[in-house]
Amino acid sequence: MYAFDIKRPSKLKKARKILKKNEGAQVLGGGQTLIPTLKQRLAAPSALVSLARIDELKGIRQKGDELIIGAASTHEEVAADGTIAALSSLAGGIGDPAVRARGTIGGSLANNDPSACYPAAALGLCATIVTNKRKISADEFFTGLFETALRDGEIIKAVNFPIPEAAAYEKFDQPASRFALVGVFVSQCKGDVRVAVTGASEDGVFRWADAEAALAENFNPAALEGLSVDPAGMIADIHGSPEYRAHLIGVMAKRAVAAAG
Amino acid sequence: MPADGTANGGIGAATKRREDVRFLTGKGNYTDDINMRGQAYVVFVRSQVAHGVLNGVDTADASAMPGVIRVFTGADFAEVGGVPCGWCVTDKHGEPMQEPKHPVLAEGKVRYVGDAIAAVVAETESQARDAAEAVAVDIEELPAVVDMKAALVEGSTKVHDDLGSNLCYDWGFVEENKDAVEQAMFSAAHVTTLELVNNRLIANALEPRVAIGDYNSAAGDSTLYTTSQNPHVIRLLMGAFVLGIPEHKLRVVAPDVGGGFGSKIFHYAEEAFCTFAAKALNMPVKWTAQRSESFITDAHGRDHVTKIELALDEDNNFTAVRTETYANMGAYLSTFAPSVPTWLHGTLMAGNYKTPVIYVNVKAVFTNTVPVDAYRGAGRPEASFQLERVIDKAARELGVDPIALRRHNFITEFPYATPVAVEYDTGDYNATMDKLEEIGDLSGFEARRAASAEKGLLRGLGVNCYIEACGIAPSSLVGQLGARAGLYESATVRVNATGGLVVMTGSHSHGQGHETAFPQVVADMIGIDASMVEIVHGDTANTPMGMGTYGSRSLAVGGSAMVKATEKIIAKAKKIAAHLMEAADSDIELKDGQFSVAGTDKSVAWGDVTLAAYVPHNYPLEEIEPGLEETAFYDPANFTYPAGAYACEVEVDPETGKVSIASFAAADDFGNIVNPMIVDGQVHGGIGQGIGQALLEHAVYDEDGQLLSGSFMDYAMPRADDVPFYTVDHSCQTPCTHNPLGVKGCGEAGAIGSPPAVVNAVVDALQRAGHDITHIDMPLSPSRVWSAINS
Repeated sequence: MYAFDIKRPSKLKKARKILKKNEGAQVLGGGQTLIPTLKQRLAAPSALVSLARIDELKGIRQKGDELIIGAASTHEEVAADGTIAALSSLAGGIGDPAVRARGTIGGSLANNDPSACYPAAALGLCATIVTNKRKISADEFFTGLFETALRDGEIIKAVNFPIPEAAAYEKFDQPASRFALVGVFVSQCKGDVRVAVTGASEDGVFRWADAEAALAENFNPAALEGLSVDPAGMIADIHGSPEYRAHLIGVMAKRAVAAAG
Repeated sequence: MPADGTANGGIGAATKRREDVRFLTGKGNYTDDINMRGQAYVVFVRSQVAHGVLNGVDTADASAMPGVIRVFTGADFAEVGGVPCGWCVTDKHGEPMQEPKHPVLAEGKVRYVGDAIAAVVAETESQARDAAEAVAVDIEELPAVVDMKAALVEGSTKVHDDLGSNLCYDWGFVEENKDAVEQAMFSAAHVTTLELVNNRLIANALEPRVAIGDYNSAAGDSTLYTTSQNPHVIRLLMGAFVLGIPEHKLRVVAPDVGGGFGSKIFHYAEEAFCTFAAKALNMPVKWTAQRSESFITDAHGRDHVTKIELALDEDNNFTAVRTETYANMGAYLSTFAPSVPTWLHGTLMAGNYKTPVIYVNVKAVFTNTVPVDAYRGAGRPEASFQLERVIDKAARELGVDPIALRRHNFITEFPYATPVAVEYDTGDYNATMDKLEEIGDLSGFEARRAASAEKGLLRGLGVNCYIEACGIAPSSLVGQLGARAGLYESATVRVNATGGLVVMTGSHSHGQGHETAFPQVVADMIGIDASMVEIVHGDTANTPMGMGTYGSRSLAVGGSAMVKATEKIIAKAKKIAAHLMEAADSDIELKDGQFSVAGTDKSVAWGDVTLAAYVPHNYPLEEIEPGLEETAFYDPANFTYPAGAYACEVEVDPETGKVSIASFAAADDFGNIVNPMIVDGQVHGGIGQGIGQALLEHAVYDEDGQLLSGSFMDYAMPRADDVPFYTVDHSCQTPCTHNPLGVKGCGEAGAIGSPPAVVNAVVDALQRAGHDITHIDMPLSPSRVWSAINS
């Protein structure tokens, strides 16, 4: 780890100011990716601006037919909420208790790890990512591997999830990291069906359009029979080939639909 | 030996481990907990390429950085020896193996990712790390040699330019049997052939390696604190072969050690560096491995590529076994690396079976990878795995029950001299198999299979046996086989005036519970409470010369030394008691801590005798010396041969290829048992590691020699939910005939016996489901199993 300053503002505006003033400063959410990165000397921010003390980023509340989750909410807090069972279950399956006690939804979405779980939930529920500047639809938010629509200094304040009629997340663990080798989030919301896939693609989280169309007709695992995903563009590594990942998408999608139904 | 000393916490008592109090309350004293006044910190600059010519190392910028005391390079070690290898294997032509120099810091070339090029010593760890990044290394990269068979192709890039090839040795065993095996294969009614890989593993002890060198300039004494399973071995190897420090000027201390699994047997360059630098700089020098550094510097394990053939006659008798193995040595020869695929592997190829002729060929190969050496079981898991897999395959080919085929070929008479140079003293393989069928409820398998099928899961049953050679080892025998050390063990038993005992032993615990089990042995002999005995180990300054802990040897060899020393204590104490009671020595009996005169009611207590030994007012000074302290060395007459039978049931998800262990049963024969709870724990841990090897763990290099599984993000360690609740039994006991405790050793059994059980079970599940699958290489990851199903 290289030396760095740590700032712990209690207001979002103050955090913004610090970021503006300090070139090379970086936002610190729960630190579950950033801190290991620093420990390996793979990043050298001049300062870390911790969001942990900013009250306006905290709390989970229901507003109308939306669940509004403060960006600094930990996985543990989301897991305990239960308003959207599929989302809470997803959060409860991230990492281990230590990770869930520190890691935050905002941090996970801003990082957009191609194997992370939350991007699948955000995309699979058509969440809205609310920043200090604007509202971004999940469809616009994820722009590639570790890439998002966030601009420099833009901070996620909250994530608004529509409360679905039915939803489920099925994750197949990568054996070592237990990140998603393939994770599929399916939902039915106001007649709209979504199938979001994480862990599999070289471009990060994506929607499986064919499955969505089939399920819109018939929200039943049988509707996915005969559908397949093209292995081209799927991740190849020591844990699985593109063909294996493409296959698992189908299996996990069916299981998710069964669980949601 | 007394059969049951459980009342006093003696032999047979399931005493809770006394050392766990400090381990579980944060009061352990591990090497990294030691901090010396004025210590400096070292960070190594390591090669990021697998193979290259080291054109130059520019340390000027790094040396000028804040806090930097000195930057060392290979040139600083020109007068120093290489890190030695402790075992020389002779090849099938009678020639010694090729043995390259292993410099402390790289000279001329780098040979694996992680090879140490320079070492920065600074006032703080952070300063050392900053400066390490400023060391400018000029490397001309060369093609990496990673695949063993490619490494042996004529014209392949050589890991060591001064050697003729990448072949370390080509070993044949027993060479005289080669033709007979060929003949048996030719005339066999059936030959089953299996090609397999024994996957490369990384030990990943919870505690990373640490070394602290210290030098006392006034006395000229060096001290090394290190994470070692065998401090005396490190003192001998480093003192005599690397740094030229005589043993009386060198102390090696290994305090609490947080797991080793073999990887902390070996003498590592970092130990020599810290000892050397402490003297050169006249200040303590400390190194603590980072976890990512451990992945690329701790010796790896296994990594064999094997073809095995089993010949059977028309009555399904095994008539011959032939096996050819390529064994990866990595870039340099680690301390005991050459012995692992040869003497610890070839000698076990008879397994539990009366195969009359066996031929083992092993080609050890240098590659641009981390050195490979002993890992829990060391050679014996590789032997058991291939033998038990090929037997399973043969049973399936012949359409006979795998258990019946094994029973049909079991060795049933002991002692039994195998055709691979060892003699099993005792065993009862039918008894352990009977016990396994009982505790594993094997007859209930079909019902469980039907229940799994209802969940859409394919259930399979895998059964296998194992045998191992433990209690390493008779010194004269291993000397003939190329060991450059004796393999005895020692103990000093010091009785204090008030009756308590301190037992100093050359063996050392890195998790085995010696501090609990050893007192049980000594206390049992005297008939006192085990709490009166304390164990001292891990420091060459206050323990007698010993060879340390590995090869399931500590109780069988170290415990036997304790028995011998305690026998001497008792003999002398009886003389003192005889004097106190004015009786003849030969009439004195010792029971429950009381000395009595046979046939009388006269007695004196243990404490009276020990007090008399140190307050010799009324004492036979003309016959015996005061004091009560004895040392004994024990050199075993033979290996011990623990054996057993294991059963694993798996459920395979055919849609994803994921294998879950549904149940695991182990029936082991460890001879006599001192602490059954510790034995249970050893077996549990061993099976967990074996399941890890079978399903999860794999050290993978790419073709450029980069370790792809270089962190826990990609190297899959078994977690609690990967393993079932085990059913273990060690009530089948055929005591060892040649050590005084009748014990055999239990530390490695689980890791040896479990991988074939898991793989046999998965193959069984898939074959029952109609898949034409005879083998899948470990680890049986979901993607591999799915690929096998869908190929």
